[in-house]
Amino acid sequence: MSDTNPPPLLHTPLHALHLELGTRMVPFAGYSMPVQYPAGVLAEHLHTRTAAGLFDVSHMGQLRLVGPDAAAAFETLMPVDVIDLPVGKQRYGLLLNDAGGILDDLMFVNRDVAHGGDIFVIVNGACKVADIAHIQATIGQRCSVIPCPERALLALQGPQAVTAIERLCPGIGKLVFMTGGQFQLRCGNQFVDAFVTRSGYTGEDGFEISVHADHAETLARSLLAQTEVRPVGLGARNSLRLEAGLCLYGNDLDTTTTPVEANLNWAIQKVRRAGGARAGGFPGADVVLAQLAGGVAAPLRRRIGLRALERIPVREHTVLQTAGGEPAGEVTSGVLGPSINQPVAMAYVAAAHAAAGTRLHAIVRGKPVPMEVVPMPFVPNRYFRG
Amino acid sequence: MATRYTEDHEWLSIEGDSATVGITHHAQDALGDVVFVDLPEVGKTFAAKDIAGVVESVKAAADVYMPVSGEVTEVNEALRADPSLANSDPLGAGWFFRVKLSDPSQLDALMDEAAYGSFSASA
Repeated sequence: MSDTNPPPLLHTPLHALHLELGTRMVPFAGYSMPVQYPAGVLAEHLHTRTAAGLFDVSHMGQLRLVGPDAAAAFETLMPVDVIDLPVGKQRYGLLLNDAGGILDDLMFVNRDVAHGGDIFVIVNGACKVADIAHIQATIGQRCSVIPCPERALLALQGPQAVTAIERLCPGIGKLVFMTGGQFQLRCGNQFVDAFVTRSGYTGEDGFEISVHADHAETLARSLLAQTEVRPVGLGARNSLRLEAGLCLYGNDLDTTTTPVEANLNWAIQKVRRAGGARAGGFPGADVVLAQLAGGVAAPLRRRIGLRALERIPVREHTVLQTAGGEPAGEVTSGVLGPSINQPVAMAYVAAAHAAAGTRLHAIVRGKPVPMEVVPMPFVPNRYFRG
Repeated sequence: MATRYTEDHEWLSIEGDSATVGITHHAQDALGDVVFVDLPEVGKTFAAKDIAGVVESVKAAADVYMPVSGEVTEVNEALRADPSLANSDPLGAGWFFRVKLSDPSQLDALMDEAAYGSFSASA
């Protein structure tokens, strides 16, 4: 008989605060994480869309790449322009395998890596151990790969997030979407150092705040003391990101999906495409560049958005068929979107069925639920672009 | 009028040879905000433990089991229209369906309130 006891769950620096708030905790990415607070998923979702929600996302991986060659080295792992990213700017990236499959999706910021700073990277919690090993093994000779397990990550999201955080740090609202900087946030009679970006995973304006674990609870309590802010769990985080058309690694992206199949072409800058100054040179470039070129190499399937025409939720792994009963694809994420009050989903479908307006049937408990391919996001993004 | 409970966190309110069925406070609390219910067809006959419906929250879907064998005589259309009744009044206005019992002796295998109280506390 084998020992099947799972390893004990890790705690984030806000664990005690979650318990104090009456949170329901669930295992996620090896951590005990808040799935919902007493307000519940619906109320937390809607509060984030109308005011501001505070999320503990400290399970995510934070790391630094340091050294004069770090940007060029990091570029060899992703189909993304790292070298030309201006100081203070944030960008979305994709770690690929040799077949062009996605190992993880991530965000990175140029914190003046060319002048002694670093590239600050945030990766998915469930992937972080493998990501760090992969980055270390592939480019560890060219730059220092420094994990930051001592740091917590908070997200403050919603149209009133800026109002709330400005009280702790006047002027921080000058940051625009996908930029970041070092700030001091006033928490009672102390100042807390944090690295703050104007970004997030809800489709709303908002901030992600990287802070030393020792100060995470102090900062969280100061943010929760603002009238606009309520705590929000992973349940609402999922429904918010899905309405915003944002992918969840493990559901909508994995090692079998390429960036082109995943409709993430926007994440591949021109400089890395055929004809660009630094075309290719990343894992799976032959596959990805051929798929981008289209024609016979065009991907056979695409990630698309679906809206149900009846009020029946359609969940991940639901089979999709054409009206004639032919296989068309599979749902990878689905939820009854609380803001649009309609079931929505992401799915991979055969290229022939990917056009907006296409009608498909989701087979839910043996019965066809009519759905329509629609553009994403399902809820308009409200990022602050200055 | 007796009330019985199942290990699937459903309740039955028994009147004569009929029972009204719903989900317990514990079940609705575990599910969270209910956004959808699928109810059985009136007139359809089920065996005990058959799947008779579905209850879904934002975060999860759960099957609703037929706790005893019998024929569905009525379903709660108000719940279909407003699934949040399963959260706000699970033992009352949030009932799911009524069933005519084909074998009332099956009730003997179900829990009374005290037994369910300790069962759900340890669940």
